[in-house]
Amino acid sequence: MEPCSFLTLDSFITDPLTHDFMRKALLMSSLVAAVCGFLSSYLTLKGWALMGDAVSHSVMPGVVVAYALGLPFSLGAFIFGVGSVALIGFIKQKSRVKEDTVIGLVFTGFFALGIVLVSKIKSNIDLHSILFGSPLGISLSDVKQTIFISLLVVILLSIFRKDLMLYCFDPRHAKTVGINVFFLHYLLLTCLSLAAVVGLQSVGIILVVAMLITPGATAYLLTDKFDNMTVISVLSAIISSLIGIYVSFWFDLETGGSIVLAQTFIFLFAFLFAPRYGIFKLKKLFAGYK
Amino acid sequence: MESINYQNFRIDAENICVDYNGKVALYDANLRLKPGQICGLVGMNGAGKTTFFNALTGFVNISKGKIRINGESVRSAQKDQTIAYVPQNEGIDSQFPINVWDVVMMGRYGSMNIFRCPRESDVQAVKDAIERVDLTDHLSTPIGNLSGGQRKRTFLARAIAQRASILLLDEPFSGVDIRTEKLISELFIQFKNEGKTILLSTHDMIHVREFCDLVLLINKTVVAYGETSEVFTPENITTTFGGISPDFLFGPES
Repeated sequence: MEPCSFLTLDSFITDPLTHDFMRKALLMSSLVAAVCGFLSSYLTLKGWALMGDAVSHSVMPGVVVAYALGLPFSLGAFIFGVGSVALIGFIKQKSRVKEDTVIGLVFTGFFALGIVLVSKIKSNIDLHSILFGSPLGISLSDVKQTIFISLLVVILLSIFRKDLMLYCFDPRHAKTVGINVFFLHYLLLTCLSLAAVVGLQSVGIILVVAMLITPGATAYLLTDKFDNMTVISVLSAIISSLIGIYVSFWFDLETGGSIVLAQTFIFLFAFLFAPRYGIFKLKKLFAGYK
Repeated sequence: MESINYQNFRIDAENICVDYNGKVALYDANLRLKPGQICGLVGMNGAGKTTFFNALTGFVNISKGKIRINGESVRSAQKDQTIAYVPQNEGIDSQFPINVWDVVMMGRYGSMNIFRCPRESDVQAVKDAIERVDLTDHLSTPIGNLSGGQRKRTFLARAIAQRASILLLDEPFSGVDIRTEKLISELFIQFKNEGKTILLSTHDMIHVREFCDLVLLINKTVVAYGETSEVFTPENITTTFGGISPDFLFGPES
């Protein structure tokens, strides 16, 4: 054993891996990050950031009810996630209130309902872990569920990758050539609800929206090709998760917050130094030195 | 009893009404177009031009009336790739991370398998279409780096690649350069000779006189419809534009 108390890079990376809960947390969070990152490029381009915020908050009462009834919490989350969107659409159509206002009032209503339910239903639901995530304390059944949902979302998004891109880009053309736009709309919403469910485990309900927005926004600044955007989005999400978990392990910080903060820093880096769209335009800077 | 042979008409819209949540956008509108006809759709902003297009493509549902495309429903026209829509430049997110080739390939999506894998024939159709609009040098240019005219030509190429027999064009001449304008006019003549049916909305009265066999003047409903020479009169235009004199629209010289 080395007497030195300072960490070497090697032990910085390998030490946490000796703990079973850390290996599990790193794997699960990377998987969740990949799913959210994949979806993130669609949400960014569709302009659904606020919708992501709404759905991820609205799943709260669904999770609580499902726990109380002993059902898989993904089911409850899914019903409330899609339900909130239906309700937003209904209120918008039947009243003169503007859409962003409707979104704001519906999801806060659902979220409040969730908090009230948690306080009323006597069970072992840990409010803190729902709100802020608990990737370090993930149970075996949660692992199975996360893997199942993640695979489902990735498969769905992969199959309809191009159709969803067209739907985000030009829904009118999609409709004109006979593509089922209604189906794609609800497919994207379904994937959003499911991603919110798996995301809340690693970063919690309050911050899951960051997982759904930030990687896509980062990638959007770095490329002009949709496929590259998806890859960059997924990679930046995974890297952020790994950084966040390591940092929280060594410096004893809140894990969910650390993951999201890592994503924010990566975004800021892209914002400043992206080759074409960053404010310092790194490409031109390099060209100057040639 | 003898019935009209609807097969003769590419587009046959009969008394169609469209409303958005109870607000009427278009009512009792009629339109009949045959193969090889070019029709101008003229009206103010909010007169229902885009709504008319949306009804024909099936993007909005009509609340009354009937639309037949080649004698069949809009739904089967969609499946058969009969209608192509060329959007206004403003209707498209020009910052979307996509290049010319991929946009034009979208014209083929409707006839591909579920994974949208391009076949040899799709690749060829896209190549040909891009060549016809003279964008071969810009295959991998992101649409954000194109000029307004080049972007317009990209979407025109998408419609060509789709091999649709009906083209709906929303303001095809707005915000384009002279070169693009000339190319589009040449293409219109080719389309006409190929027997395609074209419906285009425009603000520019000179273009209507130049290209359109027929003109449809609308203001929530049809104000006048028929041969351009007969229908495109100062009186009708004044009615369509809510009392504004055609002098104001054309300039006093014309």
